[in-house]
Amino acid sequence: MFDLTGKKALVTGATGGIGASIAKMLHAAGAEVVVSGTRAEKLQDLASELGERVHVIAANLSDRESVDQLAKDAAAAMGGVDILVNNAGITKDNLAMRMKDEDWDSVMQVNLESSFRLMKGVMRGMMKSRWGRMVNITSVVGVTGNPGQANYCASKAGMIGLSKSMAQEVASRGITVNCVAPGFIATPMTDVLTDEQKGAITAGIPSGELGAPEDIASAVLYLASNEAKYVNGQTLHVNGGLAMI
Amino acid sequence: MSDIADKVKKIVVEHLGVEDDKVTDTASFIDDLGADSLDTVELVMAFEEEFGIEIPDDAAEKIQTVKDAIEFISANS
Repeated sequence: MFDLTGKKALVTGATGGIGASIAKMLHAAGAEVVVSGTRAEKLQDLASELGERVHVIAANLSDRESVDQLAKDAAAAMGGVDILVNNAGITKDNLAMRMKDEDWDSVMQVNLESSFRLMKGVMRGMMKSRWGRMVNITSVVGVTGNPGQANYCASKAGMIGLSKSMAQEVASRGITVNCVAPGFIATPMTDVLTDEQKGAITAGIPSGELGAPEDIASAVLYLASNEAKYVNGQTLHVNGGLAMI
Repeated sequence: MSDIADKVKKIVVEHLGVEDDKVTDTASFIDDLGADSLDTVELVMAFEEEFGIEIPDDAAEKIQTVKDAIEFISANS
């Protein structure tokens, strides 16, 4: 089950805790993988860890040309892209009243616009081969909202609408477009929280603990597989029951 | 002109997976060759690439038959 042998995957934000886990899991299932991110050195470390069937392409997703180039380079490196995982995301948190224009713009650009451009960049190849999987990593707060994250929540909610529209456009070509919405996941980002802060967070989670990056990667693996061919335009919430939507 | 016509027909045959002899000048992509709306967009993009031209959306909408495509490309390339 979930055999991705021969499939070619592009994972953005692969230097992050969740992105690296996704890249590893798709690779372990047999896929050839392009790992992309901003930190070339960390990408190289990940690539060496994985061994064969891996390509490193650094890209700046806040730059349109760089995004379009990434889609082309990834297809050139692997001879096509069958699976796209838009995982890269940034936060620039602040209360709306204090939020600067550039904080709004950069979050929208990296989280939402780059996802759209990459989807657009790989979709023709998928249409020709009559098979494709696009998995967009959104967030529980894209559905619930979160004070201090108007830009981030808007971008993540945007990804859900974007995915549903794209899914309807390309479903007839054997392509699915779905989202995975993580809740609180233990990553280097959450390591810096104090035990008290973590306690406050886990108090709201029925399972009583933070999720692991592998919990997200497993959901991505499923949606990227042949087995998930009849799942389209959906958002799979992986949050320990934090929000039951 | 005939060179353009040959290339257009070749693209149509490849994209839609239809027999050569079905791709006549008057054949409609949708009604005669079984294309759906996504196919017609793909065809237009393939024409743009092959002939190095840009086909605006309003012109693309009017390209419904093989002949329409050949005429537009001949006039604009």
